[in-house]
Amino acid sequence: MLEVVNLTKSFELHVSQVGKVYPIQGLSFHIRQGRFLGIAGPSGIGKSTILKCIFRTYMPSSGEVWYDSLHEGRVDLAQADDRQMIRLRERELGYVSQFLKVIPRVPAVDIVAERLLPLGWSQDDARREAERMLERLRIPRKLWQAFPATFSGGEQQRVNLARAFIVRPRLMILDEPTASLDRETTSAVIEMLQAMKREGTTMVGIFHDWDVMEQVADEILDITLSGGGTMRPKPAAAGAQAE
Amino acid sequence: MSLPSRLDSQQRQGAAQDAAPDERPILQVRNLNKRFGDGCAHCLPAHVEHPGNRCPRCGSVQACIDLNFDLYPGEILGVVGESGSGKSTMVRSLYFDEDATSGEMFISSCKNGESNLLAESAQQKRYIRNHVMGMVYQNPYLGLRMSYSSSGNIAEKLFAADHFHVGRIRERAAELLGRVEIPLGRMDEPPKRFSGGMQQRVQISKALANNPPLLLLDEVTTGLDLSVQARVLDLIRSLRRELKVAMVVVSHDLGVIRMLADRTMVLRQGRIIEMGLTDQILEDPQHAYTQLLVHSLL
Repeated sequence: MLEVVNLTKSFELHVSQVGKVYPIQGLSFHIRQGRFLGIAGPSGIGKSTILKCIFRTYMPSSGEVWYDSLHEGRVDLAQADDRQMIRLRERELGYVSQFLKVIPRVPAVDIVAERLLPLGWSQDDARREAERMLERLRIPRKLWQAFPATFSGGEQQRVNLARAFIVRPRLMILDEPTASLDRETTSAVIEMLQAMKREGTTMVGIFHDWDVMEQVADEILDITLSGGGTMRPKPAAAGAQAE
Repeated sequence: MSLPSRLDSQQRQGAAQDAAPDERPILQVRNLNKRFGDGCAHCLPAHVEHPGNRCPRCGSVQACIDLNFDLYPGEILGVVGESGSGKSTMVRSLYFDEDATSGEMFISSCKNGESNLLAESAQQKRYIRNHVMGMVYQNPYLGLRMSYSSSGNIAEKLFAADHFHVGRIRERAAELLGRVEIPLGRMDEPPKRFSGGMQQRVQISKALANNPPLLLLDEVTTGLDLSVQARVLDLIRSLRRELKVAMVVVSHDLGVIRMLADRTMVLRQGRIIEMGLTDQILEDPQHAYTQLLVHSLL
């Protein structure tokens, strides 16, 4: 489903005269359809960089990121042109970051529903689906018409998750989606991730909370050395095989 | 100075016709150049960089140099760059406000997308601009007749696009002004009596009157207060969503670009120095100038 070959990402900082930084060097791994790959490692080692290279928020410096697309065949995301990336992001790739960045003064339900409109949903259907999603993520009904800027961190994060989940992406990229959530909401998110996995969604994610990682991940990719080095997939602890 | 690798790979892909067959750009711009002044034998060729792009002998200024890009239906292309980088000159050339010095421009719904519109006659250009384009200027005084009524301003655009049924024009004006949340009771007031934000919204509704597939927005939210800005941004997004209008959005506000644009082009001294997905430009800028620009963001 996703095969990363020899991925290298360097940043050349022209402004601050730091020179070149190499967070990721020669990384290879793959994820099979419907599996959940967790990425582990200390902070600053380049975990988010890997995810951003897959979503093409970062342009990989070299290497290949092969993705088996439903609509476009086998695509090297490191080489895909911008329009192709836009189409893939609209229909197949989901990305959840730690922050919610949206247009101010748009109600939460519309922010979530908005994602479905380019896929041909009617305004009403999209809104109903968005409400279902918000309900599932336990956002109080009275907040649905409120602006997310007024929400607490955890609530914003759930809107963020709803926005990503609602399009049912084939490949979900999760960058610490549970970082600002309390225990109950975290378990709601875990349930949702597990439900999505049962539906066949492939996922790759970073979780700082090891409990969460154990509950959702099938395999874990350990990132060992900072500033490059090798990485190897290893089977998860026994707890991950609960299903 | 060498181009960043991203631009190189894009050009390669452009040559290989990598795009899916169902996608056809609505707007194609090829080697667009705009020089202010007549130029002389001593002017440096366009590909040579020199300070201010100004010829010391005749004083001609190269404002846009070899601009190349495509715009797809329903897509928003952001254009950023410091002042004097040629952003406005570019959109004004696309709207035929300025006569481009050289280059080609194709619009898929005009003459089957095969004719270079920059080479058309003045009448043809006026026809094209009235039928398939809309333009919103930073300064509402450029886009509106301030002492006509607001509905009259919209009627003017509709007349120009060959709509002559007065009743239907009035209906359309009411519909458009309603869309941008101008109270219907005030549709016959002249824009000079409106606030800046309202004027900007009247200008947007005028630009949309003929249902153009292509909209050019030059610093629409600059100078508006934040609450009006949020409303205008939401309006622009809903227009794209519901009417599938393709837009070129010029702004020096990177926050606006982040909210609106699918792809972003960075201009400097009349050249495109970087172009890519908006989040990529903002989070992983390759060119030194883009890094400076992005890192200056509050």
